[in-house]
Amino acid sequence: MPATAAPQNTSRSSGPGSGPVLTWEKRLEPSRLMAVVVPVISVILALAVGAIFLSATGFQPLKVYQSMLNGAVGSKYGISETIVKAIPLMLAGLGVSVAFRMLLWNIGAEGQFYMGAFGASWVALTFPHLPAYIMLPAMFLAGGLMGALWGLLPALPRAKWGVNEVITTLMLNYVAILWVDYLVYGPWKDPRGFNFPLTAPFSDAASLPTIAGTRVHVGLIFALVAAVLLAIILWRTRWGYEIRIIGESARAARYAGMNIERNIILVMLLSGALAGLAGMSEVAGITHRLQHGISPGYGYTAIIIAWLAKLHPATIILVSLLFGGLIVGGYSVQTSGVPAATVSMLQGAILFFVLGGEILTRYRLHFGRKEGK
Amino acid sequence: MAVPLVEMRGITKVFPGVVANEGVNLAVHAGEIHALLGENGAGKSTLMSVLTGLYRPDGGEIYLDGRRVNFRSPRDAIEAGIGMVHQHFRLVAPFTVTENVALGLKGGLKLNINRLAGEIAALSKEYGLQVDPQARIWQLSVGEQQRVEIIKLLYRKARVLILDEPTAVLTPQEARDLYRTLKRMAAQGCAVIFITHKLQEVMDAADTITILRGGRTVATVKKGDTSEKELARMMVGREIAWQEDKPVVKKGEKVLEIKDLKAFNDKGLLALRGINLEVFAGEILGIAGVAGNGQRELAEVIAGLRPCQGGTITVSGKKLGQCDPCRVIQAGVGYIPEDRLGTGLVPNLGAVDNLLLKEYRHPRWGRTLMSRKAARQWAGELVEHFKVKMAGLDAPVKMMSGGNLQRLLLAREISSRPRLLVAVYPARGLDVGATETVHRLLLEQRAAGTAILLISEDLEELFRLADRIAVMYEGQIMGLMATEKASVEELGLMMAGSKRMEVGA
Repeated sequence: MPATAAPQNTSRSSGPGSGPVLTWEKRLEPSRLMAVVVPVISVILALAVGAIFLSATGFQPLKVYQSMLNGAVGSKYGISETIVKAIPLMLAGLGVSVAFRMLLWNIGAEGQFYMGAFGASWVALTFPHLPAYIMLPAMFLAGGLMGALWGLLPALPRAKWGVNEVITTLMLNYVAILWVDYLVYGPWKDPRGFNFPLTAPFSDAASLPTIAGTRVHVGLIFALVAAVLLAIILWRTRWGYEIRIIGESARAARYAGMNIERNIILVMLLSGALAGLAGMSEVAGITHRLQHGISPGYGYTAIIIAWLAKLHPATIILVSLLFGGLIVGGYSVQTSGVPAATVSMLQGAILFFVLGGEILTRYRLHFGRKEGK
Repeated sequence: MAVPLVEMRGITKVFPGVVANEGVNLAVHAGEIHALLGENGAGKSTLMSVLTGLYRPDGGEIYLDGRRVNFRSPRDAIEAGIGMVHQHFRLVAPFTVTENVALGLKGGLKLNINRLAGEIAALSKEYGLQVDPQARIWQLSVGEQQRVEIIKLLYRKARVLILDEPTAVLTPQEARDLYRTLKRMAAQGCAVIFITHKLQEVMDAADTITILRGGRTVATVKKGDTSEKELARMMVGREIAWQEDKPVVKKGEKVLEIKDLKAFNDKGLLALRGINLEVFAGEILGIAGVAGNGQRELAEVIAGLRPCQGGTITVSGKKLGQCDPCRVIQAGVGYIPEDRLGTGLVPNLGAVDNLLLKEYRHPRWGRTLMSRKAARQWAGELVEHFKVKMAGLDAPVKMMSGGNLQRLLLAREISSRPRLLVAVYPARGLDVGATETVHRLLLEQRAAGTAILLISEDLEELFRLADRIAVMYEGQIMGLMATEKASVEELGLMMAGSKRMEVGA
């Protein structure tokens, strides 16, 4: 008989008597095992939730998933398309991750992507006769610069007056998207484009080289190099050191004499430039023209990717490939009537479970049996 | 002897890599004030967390009135009549005292707040816990807030009261009131356990003392059978040099000169009202005063973390600019902030990154790419030299104990060979051993010719370390005197703002 001094206690939902009891115990140190296991299980749980949805709407989930997998990695074409979709995700994901490291909530990668695409397109359309060896670097610079500028706009008021960058970066997304729409519906519309909202195609010099026989373009190299550079910056340079310190403790950073305002601006420039490069590589590598809806939300998906990857550059590359595969797999099942939104739903569900599962890295679930009569 | 009200037998609690409690025994009788004495990291808090149901022990048993109990959560412990006043109060600032007591009470949706207020008033009268039931928490002093915490426990009919370092935040007067309350509660048949590492407090208030060291019980003794000296020895396991005579150091040139310094506090009110100070090489200037009289602001202005509204600060003949920590560091000013973890150290990063905090600009790490290896080696040497104990150079420093954190912080600040060292409450919250280390390091720096500005609330510390003592009160220096000429009474009067002397020493 348990000798609790309050035997009248029956307020637990399990009521009097015995039953398994779940309690949370805080871990002293975040679990490393869980840091790996949680994302994997989250993906599985998200697929399970997706399966419930699919079967509720009259599809066979296993079949759908199988054909998604097939579409994404089942063929050379599938794999190359997965990589093609992953490239902008990688670049934008790296971009937002560096801002997130400093607790700058840059959710403006989408707008920065559009502005990068705009900058590159401006070069390609204004100077169509440039040779490729000038054209491509010029587009690269213009794309990166426009993205950086779009990152700088919210960074300035944030650094000067502490204006919340969540609102400003988000709002600037709409400005950028509408600006591109204005161009492709208006002054830049291709007269021979049957009134579609797109510009005239770029000259051949403005095309990024591709890997033989596929649509995989040099943007992949940009992304990989960017990931390596970012890792070097973060862990091997003084600037990266400052970024890490500021993100962990702004007070300590100030104490050490770091210039936080300057770093806000520099990091947002870098963040925007990377997202801008994603836009540039998309127009120069894939569409070869600027058009309405050039990004199906890459900039937002990048936020999910950066979180899932714990802001780690190498992991961002991997998670981007996973999400590229999801997108391609999603396309391939649309032919059998599965709604395109399924993929967005899966992405959302994955993030949901990862964030929810995060608690397991910090707490331990304790299964116990309630001792009682 | 009667059955103890609370008995813990053979309590063992293991955390990854650390055995916090190992076979700890504790027996507390009704009507007794029992001190749990030990250095930081001795396992006192862990033991009490086990008793209050916050942790589940890995071994051992708890008996209440001789019957075995098994707490699954703090709630179980509270229902069994065990309550704890934590060091950081669990109160809702915008709520009234009554509302705070009502929080977490059972009994459905209906709450008769007026009746409750009456009961609280009665309780506070009975135990001498003066507090207005209608007052809002934010209006109360820290001492009054502590009373609210105690009333919360009394209202819940707690028979075992645990207080975690209850006097750390109290004035001596408030501490005496608290002891009186505790005695009254003990007289009513409660058992009072308080966690402490202050010997004075033990001698003032406790009936019985259990000493913990390194997670084990050293002994349980009656106060009458022991002495401060014996307790200290049991607590640290060795004799402490109580009064260590300062070696004579020749006073050097003037390092810090502060003239008519004015600055605001966080609320935008004038916290420094024209401070004048000088500190010389090889000298420790102590700043005494009750916390909140501008000491923090003074340190922050010197460190370049707070803009000054007037006056000048000169270090070795160079004027420090307006609020520029970088320049202050370059001028050779080391700063041990009040807030170790958060300002002085970055909690989630490892020792290497933390030691680099002020050194990372140095070209010796490489021109563009910093050499991790060189930094690690350097950090390893510092850690060894200053005997900082840690799980590893990359383990987050927040895992370290207070004493080790302070060692790490001092290692960094001292290794930069500062001309001036500003230390704010450097031994606050540290156990005897760590305090001794901090004091030794400061005296070593003094001997090496560093000018030291030591801000402290602990008069004993100031008498032991400082060459001269200045007293701050409401943003002004009330007086300044050589330590050998100072008396506690005089300092006390100045700290209370009731005496002022011409500054000229």
